[in-house]
Amino acid sequence: MHELALMEEVRRLAEEQAAAQGALRIHQLHLRIGSLSGVDPDALAFAFEVVMQGGAAQGATLRLEVIPTVCFCGQCEREFTPVDVIYACPSCGALSQRILSGRELELTSLEVS
Amino acid sequence: MCRDCSCGELPTPAPTEAKVSAPAPPRRTLVLEAGLLAKNDHQAAHNRARFADLGLTVVNVLSAPGSGKTALLEQVSQRWTGGPVGVIVGDLATDNDARRLRRAGAEAVQITTGQGCHLEATMVARALEQLDPAALDLLLIENVGNLVCPTAFDLGEGLRLALTAVGEGEDKPLKYPGLFKSADAIVINKIDLAEAVGFHREEALANLSQVAPQARIFEVSARTGEGLEPLLAWLAAKGQ
Repeated sequence: MHELALMEEVRRLAEEQAAAQGALRIHQLHLRIGSLSGVDPDALAFAFEVVMQGGAAQGATLRLEVIPTVCFCGQCEREFTPVDVIYACPSCGALSQRILSGRELELTSLEVS
Repeated sequence: MCRDCSCGELPTPAPTEAKVSAPAPPRRTLVLEAGLLAKNDHQAAHNRARFADLGLTVVNVLSAPGSGKTALLEQVSQRWTGGPVGVIVGDLATDNDARRLRRAGAEAVQITTGQGCHLEATMVARALEQLDPAALDLLLIENVGNLVCPTAFDLGEGLRLALTAVGEGEDKPLKYPGLFKSADAIVINKIDLAEAVGFHREEALANLSQVAPQARIFEVSARTGEGLEPLLAWLAAKGQ
C-alpha cells in the first residue's frame, strides 16, 4: 500500500547519489525486495513509472530482484527455504524462528552516465 | 529498403555532425545497498534508546480495522495499576479513538495519517512531545488498522502485540503471516462472541502455534473484560 512512498524514497536516494557522483542521467535502478517485505513488486513497478517522471531517471529501466525467504534450523544447523508460511525444517520438522533473508528493501545499485 | 520494415524507403543518411559530436559519456555502476527504510530504522533506534533511558514499556498494537484495538486499550488503561498510561493512536481520520481513551483514563494523543497506511517512527517521536513520557509507566501505540504495512515499520517499541478477533476466520494468521510472526504476543479478542460466530478455537490456536511459535497467546473479551488479567500480568512482567 505504501509502494508510492517507497518509490519516492528511491528517487530521492538515486538522484542524491547520482548528483554526488557527477552523473546526469540514471539508466537503470536495481532494487532488492524480500518476499517478506510486505511490498508488492507489481505495485512498485507501477509506482516507478509515475514517480520517475521529470527527473534524472525518467525513462530508466527498473530491475526488481525478489529475494526468497531463507530460514535457519537450529536443530539441524542448516538453512532452508520454507515451502509455505509455516517455517518447518524439511529435515526435522522443527519450526524455525530465525529468518536469514526475505526482509530486504534496498536500492542496490544504479547505472548512470 | 530501410532496416526496420519492407517499405522500400532508403534509410536517411545520418547527419555528418553526429559523427563529430561528443560521444555519450560512458555508463557506470554505482553500488549503494541503501535500505529504503533506513531513515525510519534510524529514528526507531533513537526512540528505543529514549524509552530505555526512561525505563518505559512501549507496546505497538497491530490488527485489522475493527478487531477491537481501542476497546482493548481502554480496558488496559482502566485496569493498569503500575502508574499513568499514555496512548498514541493512529487513524486515517478523526480523533474519536483518542477521546475514547481519555475517558478511560489514559493520556492520549491522536495521529491522523491522512492517506498513510501505517505509523512511522518520526510520527511517534512527534506525538511524544505532546505527552510527558517521564511521568508514564506504560505507553501503548495503537497502529493504523492494517495487517500488512505497519509490520515493516519499526517504531522503537519494546513489545509488539497483534490482535485478531473471532469471526475474522481461524486462518487469518496463515493469510497474514508477516504480522503474526513479528508479534511478541497475540490477543484473540471478542471471545464472548465465539459461539455466535461458530469460532473453531482449536483450529485457530493450532494455526497460531505453527505460524507464530514465538508468541504468547491470550484469549480475551475487551468488551466484558474476560481474560484480561493474564495479559496485564504478562505486560507488567515484561516491564520489570
